[in-house]
Amino acid sequence: MREVKKSVPKKDAYGLIRGKPVYTDDIAPRDSLVVKILRSPHAFARIKNIDASEALAMDGVELVLTYKDVPRKPITRAGQGYPEPSPYDKFILDEYVRYVGDEVAAVAARDERTAEEALKKIKVEYEVLEPVLDFEKAEGNPSVIHPEDDIFPQFDIGFDPKRNIAASYEMEIGDVDKILEECEKDPDCVVLKERFYTQAQAHVMLEPHASFAYIDMHGRLVIVSSTQTPFHVRRQVSMVLGIPIKNIRVIKPRIGGGFGGKQALHGEMIVALIAWKTKKPAKLVYTRREVFEATYTRHPSRFDVTLAATKDGKLKAIVYDVLWDTGAYGEHALTTLMVAGSKTLPMYNKVDGVRFRGKVVYTNHVPAGAYRGYGAIQANFALESAMDMLAEKLGIDPVDLRLKNIIREGETSPIFKIMGEGREGVEMIIKSCKLEQAIKRGAEVIDWKNKFRKREKNGSKVRGVGMAIAMQGSGIANIDMASAILKLNDDGSFNLLIGATDLGTGSDTILAQIAAEALGVSTDDIIVYSSDTDLTPFDTGAYASSTTYVSGNAVRVAAEKMRKLIIEEGAKKLGMSPEEVEFDGKVIRAKDGSKEVTLKELATVRYYTEDQKQLVADGSFVGPESPPPYAATFVEVEVDTQTGKVDVLRYVSILDIGTPINPNLARIQAEGGAVQGIGMALYEDVKYSNSGKLLTNNLMYYKIPSRLDVPDMHIEFLESYEPTGPFGAKSVAEIGIDTPPAAIANAVYDAVGARIKTLPITPEKVFFAMKK
Amino acid sequence: MKIKVKINGKWEEWEIDPSDYLLDVLRREGYLSVKKACDTGTCGACTVLVDGFPALSCSILAATMDGHEITTAEGIADEMDDYMKALASEGADQCGFCSPGLMVMVYALRKEIENGKVKKDEEAVKRYLIGNLCRCSGYLGQQRAIFKFLGVK
Repeated sequence: MREVKKSVPKKDAYGLIRGKPVYTDDIAPRDSLVVKILRSPHAFARIKNIDASEALAMDGVELVLTYKDVPRKPITRAGQGYPEPSPYDKFILDEYVRYVGDEVAAVAARDERTAEEALKKIKVEYEVLEPVLDFEKAEGNPSVIHPEDDIFPQFDIGFDPKRNIAASYEMEIGDVDKILEECEKDPDCVVLKERFYTQAQAHVMLEPHASFAYIDMHGRLVIVSSTQTPFHVRRQVSMVLGIPIKNIRVIKPRIGGGFGGKQALHGEMIVALIAWKTKKPAKLVYTRREVFEATYTRHPSRFDVTLAATKDGKLKAIVYDVLWDTGAYGEHALTTLMVAGSKTLPMYNKVDGVRFRGKVVYTNHVPAGAYRGYGAIQANFALESAMDMLAEKLGIDPVDLRLKNIIREGETSPIFKIMGEGREGVEMIIKSCKLEQAIKRGAEVIDWKNKFRKREKNGSKVRGVGMAIAMQGSGIANIDMASAILKLNDDGSFNLLIGATDLGTGSDTILAQIAAEALGVSTDDIIVYSSDTDLTPFDTGAYASSTTYVSGNAVRVAAEKMRKLIIEEGAKKLGMSPEEVEFDGKVIRAKDGSKEVTLKELATVRYYTEDQKQLVADGSFVGPESPPPYAATFVEVEVDTQTGKVDVLRYVSILDIGTPINPNLARIQAEGGAVQGIGMALYEDVKYSNSGKLLTNNLMYYKIPSRLDVPDMHIEFLESYEPTGPFGAKSVAEIGIDTPPAAIANAVYDAVGARIKTLPITPEKVFFAMKK
Repeated sequence: MKIKVKINGKWEEWEIDPSDYLLDVLRREGYLSVKKACDTGTCGACTVLVDGFPALSCSILAATMDGHEITTAEGIADEMDDYMKALASEGADQCGFCSPGLMVMVYALRKEIENGKVKKDEEAVKRYLIGNLCRCSGYLGQQRAIFKFLGVK
């Protein structure tokens, strides 16, 4: 491997660092109408009257949209493959507002100040309704959040809006009740039942959501958006506005982070409609407060775990009973719920019984959606905390308990087939899994044997260690499709056109590396252009840890075809058969050394003089399976017994991601994921007022980790090769975030005996748990 | 009202509203490396130098800048080639939205170290840069690059 497993700098690095104007708001036309949204002050209300006449009469106000001015067409903003597994329960604007921050009206004006003034002039009379603010009381609540009759799912997702249920799912393998019953009677068996809660973490990508739209010279609608899913944006805008797909172009420029938060549509439909109506460019850039209050969060959860095991540590059954809060709209409701099972349960594949029962309820909270980890992190906190508790109950070292029960290479789990994302999954024999090695190596690096239960004291501070393991996926099997086009230029360089969406992760660069490796050329000779629905081929988008594996395989296929084409054309030029020549990346040469032609010469004659044609190749890929990456994480914490404050001193994570295409970029993914996970574990508290207003709506109240909160970190990738991946690669984007909550909770327990089952692990929770 | 500022080495005259923040004026005048990210003076993405010292342009009224010298990432990028190389070779630039503000801050930090105002050690460097938030990298790649660039052992 020459071009992969190599840390080349990101192709866009220098442009980004020096601050080139490349993000959505930087490149919006200077004369764009500025769009501002009037948002609901109530958690749940019906708009009785809305009068925008005064706003419309203002100098500089171009257009005001209320629910009366937009098509009433149910949609989902989720940004998923079609048909979406999320219910069509949202309207561009609606007469009901379902959370504090929900859209009431949109104003388009000459400048920001005029737009903001106009918002104040819109007169709204609300019928305030009783909100549902406790997700444990949502099901069957007399307040029905979606009373309208014209909403529907695309297929059966357990949708029951009259009971405030957005989605539900159940499965069972084996007779779980019987196993539990027998286990409870058996003196050689234990059963552990525990309940956990996780919070509505916010993505906090640095660039707020932004989009603008304009009408081009052909009368087509062009949308530029900081989106993770340009092709889904095109389809959804087409669907809701009734503009044919052929008349819409969506472009993603550089974007300032996403983490799932930009998978959905936030703003695109509004700017599109305004540009379509006014024929003027219109832009909408969210404020940070809007990003917090009116985009997406992680789904908060209540997670009941039951584990049954023999006294010698063989797991017999795992039972999940899950309640999920999707907030006001059901985006990603079913799929995040199912991932809670599908991306954790197979880790312990030797059990006799598994049961998963989950419900996703509507509440009048900020809608939940896709967020890195996507259900797996909530489940991981619950399962891996419960495993730690089980180990203690059995008197077995938590490391040994994992080693006794984990999945290994060459094995499978029935879960892979039963639980997909929104529908059935696919069978899969695990071809690469270094989880056992990861656990052993992590234990060695953290010095587990000499630290576990040693509770080393230093004044009021006590140290402890904890561990957790995780798996994730690599794209959505049989659903996610990616494609790529490679074309040869007359100097022997290549354009790589990909629908894949680089959020800042460096995917443009690693896809160029994959193309270069398969072609046998240098990464410098690959010019990447991505994420433009007019100019690049289809890709479902950057989510579900799909880009390296799914888009990477599409690029590999295209590059292999191109290589074959070069050899064929080169052979023809030399008057030989393809079998008689070889290509070393620069020269096509007769194997007997008699003749040669450089790629540049070949390209030049094909374009200008001989047998003229464009050399171009395409590739598409749908994952027949979704090979999981794995992680084993060990942390050492220090807990101040006087305050309950937890400091993470050392963080060790050993990962199996297959081949790291670009080890530096993979490392940053793992480190960045870990720090987001540490944020969820320790700092990122979410608070609502009694009336349902989000209080933690800016970066002063909502605390993400700063550089002083980051522990000493040891990230290590094990040698691993996934045969179905491009050059052995699996995914790396999400696996890093899954383990910190449970590993830290387990370490806090090891240090001070306080078991925190509700995230985040704040000093006050630790302090009071210690006093118990 | 009109103000005169020396921006990245050359004097310009700007027509502003007395209530305009420096961040919005800078972006309006085409200095787009300066990013708007948090609206509360918390994230550091809008950092510029005012008379050589780092400042959050989102929290300064443009009207107070009359006669002052402002430097943005555009104005120092050519001097920061080694820094850019260090950051890029760690792969730590990621989405890049926080990068220009951070570069301005590192530029200022280097001067402070040269002047003996800030110690050249890991803790002091981290503390100096604490106001520059990043959500992608987890900071460690940035720090490997910054320590290398500053020669922090």
